[in-house]
Amino acid sequence: MKAAVLVFPGSNCDRDLAVAFRNAGAEVSMVWHKDDALPEGVDVVGIPGGFSFGDYLRCGAIAARSPITRAVIEHTHRGGYALGICNGFQVLTETGILPGALMRNAGLKFVCKPVDLTVETVDSAFTAGYAKGQGITIPIAHHDGNYVADADLVARLRDEDRITFTYRDNPNGSVADIAGILSENRRVLGLMPHPERAAEPAHGGTDGAALFRSLVGALALA
Amino acid sequence: MKARVHVMLKDGVLDPQGQAVAHALGALGFEGVGEVRQGKVIDLDLAGTDRAAAEAQVREMCEKLLANTVIERYDIEIG
Repeated sequence: MKAAVLVFPGSNCDRDLAVAFRNAGAEVSMVWHKDDALPEGVDVVGIPGGFSFGDYLRCGAIAARSPITRAVIEHTHRGGYALGICNGFQVLTETGILPGALMRNAGLKFVCKPVDLTVETVDSAFTAGYAKGQGITIPIAHHDGNYVADADLVARLRDEDRITFTYRDNPNGSVADIAGILSENRRVLGLMPHPERAAEPAHGGTDGAALFRSLVGALALA
Repeated sequence: MKARVHVMLKDGVLDPQGQAVAHALGALGFEGVGEVRQGKVIDLDLAGTDRAAAEAQVREMCEKLLANTVIERYDIEIG
């Protein structure tokens, strides 16, 4: 199972994400934003957290127009998998691969702390390793994680069971406490919390490891 | 040719930064300030001389990059 982790100027969770994929059994390559193609045979693209292009203009806006991101859009259109964490989630909404937008936290402050989440669906390669309704603790670290969607979109996400994680104590004002969502084909996940920062005992928690294990396991069989 | 783009959050999209500015103005003793909305101004220096072509080009820039039309609207001035 092959994973590619994108690296933009200002990415800072790229290596953590690569370690999490590798520990789950994936073969990982790092891909610079100026490349215009993904390595041959990539199953999943990881879009890491950080501050790509200094968050200039809007978080994720410039990265969403990078050469490599065009290749990621084509990869997802072909049914390829992608995982966007934090800034990676912002990049996915800026490309339109995932709907909605991420705005400044309602409290205006950068929030960096472990948060309690509820696993809302186990019907995806990303979340199959959890139990529906399970409580997990994963760190967040963001200034712009306030998920915005109109009432129609929230209803559609609910009806289609595309909300993967919700906050138990909403830290940023996100509509319907949404922390992560799936694409229509359930192969693209964007989330603000950082599962790669809760993936081994030294992190102080391992609740994120199941996401990588179940994703790598599902794709290794495919 | 100069172009100026104003990017604002759409009506109905909560603007926490605008609210914070409104609170700060109140704390400074400015009375009668209603809603405050914060946006961006982007100035562009363009090579062309055709106003209509410039406006069309800037509109495409707004749609592709300068604004996130999920939450923002934009106005273009060609100067």
